[in-house]
Amino acid sequence: MFAVETLNQGPGSPGQLWMQWVPLSWQPAAAALLGAATIVAVFAGLFALTTWLERKGLARIQNRPGPNRVGPAGLLQPAADGLKMLLKEDIRPWAADPWVHTLAPLLKVVPVFCALAVIPFGRHLVALHLDAGLVFFLAMGAITEVALFMAGWGSRNKYSLLGAMRAIAQLISYEVPLALAALTAVLAAGSLSLPAIVDSQAGWYPGGLARWHVFTPWGLAGLVLFFIGTTAKANRAPFDLPEGESEIIAGHLVEYSGFKYALFFLGEYLLLFGYSAVGITLFLGGWRAPFAWLDWIPSPAWFALKLLACIAWFIWLRGTVPRLRADQLMHFAWKFLLPLGLLANAAALLWQATAGWDFAGASLLRWGLAGGLVLVPYQVLGRMLLGAAAGRPRHYRFAD
Amino acid sequence: MSPLERALVVSALLFGIGLAGALTRRNAILVLAGIELMLTAVNLNVIAFWRHGGQTASAAGPAFVLFVIAVAAAETAVGLALIIAWFRQRRTVQLDEADTLKG
Amino acid sequence: METAFTVLALGMLVAAAAAMSLRNLIHCALCLVGAFGGAAGLFLTLGAEFVAFAQVLVYVGAISILIVFALLLTSTRAVETAQPWVPPRGLGPTVAGLVTGLLLAAVGLSPGLPEKTAATSAVSVQELGRELLTRQAPALLAVGLLLTAALIGAVVVALREPPPTSGKEEPPA
Repeated sequence: MFAVETLNQGPGSPGQLWMQWVPLSWQPAAAALLGAATIVAVFAGLFALTTWLERKGLARIQNRPGPNRVGPAGLLQPAADGLKMLLKEDIRPWAADPWVHTLAPLLKVVPVFCALAVIPFGRHLVALHLDAGLVFFLAMGAITEVALFMAGWGSRNKYSLLGAMRAIAQLISYEVPLALAALTAVLAAGSLSLPAIVDSQAGWYPGGLARWHVFTPWGLAGLVLFFIGTTAKANRAPFDLPEGESEIIAGHLVEYSGFKYALFFLGEYLLLFGYSAVGITLFLGGWRAPFAWLDWIPSPAWFALKLLACIAWFIWLRGTVPRLRADQLMHFAWKFLLPLGLLANAAALLWQATAGWDFAGASLLRWGLAGGLVLVPYQVLGRMLLGAAAGRPRHYRFAD
Repeated sequence: MSPLERALVVSALLFGIGLAGALTRRNAILVLAGIELMLTAVNLNVIAFWRHGGQTASAAGPAFVLFVIAVAAAETAVGLALIIAWFRQRRTVQLDEADTLKG
Repeated sequence: METAFTVLALGMLVAAAAAMSLRNLIHCALCLVGAFGGAAGLFLTLGAEFVAFAQVLVYVGAISILIVFALLLTSTRAVETAQPWVPPRGLGPTVAGLVTGLLLAAVGLSPGLPEKTAATSAVSVQELGRELLTRQAPALLAVGLLLTAALIGAVVVALREPPPTSGKEEPPA
C-alpha cells in the first residue's frame, strides 16, 4: 500500500500502472514487498548520507576538513567505506559462541527495520497501519537489548561483556522516561496509533502556527525528554558509555569486524532514525507543515526535512558534549528524567482538564499552571542532582 | 483438530515443559524462568478461549492477560531481588543448598 | 494462519524445552527469549495484537534481561561450567508428565469445546482501554499499587546491607 500510494501521488498515478501487471491474488503481497523494499532502500541510503554528514559536521566543529578525497566533497566516502567493510575478513574469536556471536548483529538490525514500518512518513504514507503502533515500535526497540547482550556475551571478551552490561543498564533505565514522554502525546491524542496521533495535531492556531504538541508546555517537556531518551537508546554521545573507546575499547563491538560490525553500525543509526521519526510524529506534527502558508509543500518533504534537522541536532550534540560517567548516567535517568516524565504526564492531564476554560486570561493561566508543574521541579531536581556544585560559580579550567 | 483444541494442546505442552523445568532445575533463577513459562502457557489458554470461545466482542480476555503479564513482571522483579539477596548471604543459587532450616 | 500457528508453536515448544534443559545457563536464558517471542507470535495469530506487543515489551525487553542480569550477577562459575545436568531423581518429571497428561486428556475428552472460530472481530485498543478503565478499573488500580510495591520491595531487598560490625559469619565456600 505504502509505495503504491506514494507513486500515485505523482502525475498519471504510476503506482496503479505498475500494480496492474501483478495478478490480483498477489497484489497484497506485492504491495507489502514494495513497501518493505522502499523502507529498506530509503533508510539504508539515509544511513550512508548520515555517516557522511556526521563526519563532515564533526570535522567542522573540530576545525578540520573531514572526508574530501572520494567523490565531490567526499560524498562517495560512504560507498568506499561500505566496500571496505564488505571486503574485510570476518573474524570470529576462537572462544566465541558461534551461534550467539553470529545472530547478534541480525537481531540488532531486523527488529529496527520492522519498527520503521509503523511510522507515517507522509499523508496516507504508512506501511503497516496498526492500532497499537506505538507499542509495536517500543516493543521492537526493546529487542535490541537482547541483541546487545548476545553480542557482548557471545564474544567471550571481558570488555565486550562489560560494555554489554553497561549498555543494557543504560537502555533499560532510559526506556522508562522515553515511554513516559511518549505517553503525554498518547494522552492528548487518545490513541496509540501513530497516524491518529498525527491527526490530533491538525489545524492552526490563530496566526497560522500549526497546532503541534510541542507548542504546549507538556509537549515541550515531552519532546525534550523523548530526545534525551533517544540519544541514550541509540548509544550516541554524550550517552555512548557502552562503547567508551577510552575505557572499554568499544564495548560489545570489540570482537566484531567486517560486515557484522557494519550491521551493528547500521542498526544503531536506524534506531536513531526510528526514534527521531517517532519523536517527530508525537510532538513535531509528523508530516504536517509548521505554518498554514507552507502547507503546499508535499508531506514527505516535510517529514524528511524534520528528520534531517533532528540528525543535525544529534551531530551537533555529539560534537559538543563530553561523555557522562556511569553513575551520572544512572542518577540522571532515575532521579531527574523519571520524575520529570511523570510530571509531564500530570501537566498533560491538567492541560486536558482545563481545556474548557474560556474566561479572560484563561490560556495564560493554563500555560502558567502546566508550565509551572514542569519547570519548578526541573529547577529543584536539577539542583538536587548537581548537589553542592549548583551553588558554586562555574569555573572553566581550560577556557579562562 | 479444531483451532481451539490445537491452541489448548500447545499451551498444555508449554505448561508441562515449564513445570518440569521448575521441578528439576537446581538453579533458583531457572526455576523462576520455568514459572514464567507456565504463566505464558496460562495466558495462551486465556487468549485461545477468548478468540475461539465465541465471546470475541468482550475485551475481558486480553485485559486479563495484561494483568497476568503485569503480575508476572512484579513477581520476577521481587523473586530475582530475593535470589540476589540470598546469593549475597550464601554465595550460591542452587536450591538444594538452601537447607539452613533443615533439622 | 494455520501454518503460521503450527510453525510458531513448534518453535516455541522447542525453545522452551531447550531453555529448561540446556547446560549453559546463558543459552537457557536466550532460548527463553525465543520461547517468549514465539508466544508473542502465537498471540498475534490469535488476533490479540496488543497483548502480543505487551508480551514482547515486558517479557523480551524486561523479564529476560532481568533474568540474564541475575544469572551474570549470581553465578561467576556457573556461567562457564553450569551445574552438571544430573538426571533428576524421577519425581519432578513424573509429576510434570502427569499434569501434562491430565491437561491433554481434559482437552481431548471435553465434549463442549466450540468447533468453529467466532467471526474475526479483534478487539481494538480503544475497546481494551475502555474495558480496563471501566469494568476492570479496581483491578487496574490494584495492579498499579502492586507494581509500585514490587519496585520498592525489590530495591529494598536487593539493597546491599551495611556490613555488620561483629559476629560476621564466614560465608561457606
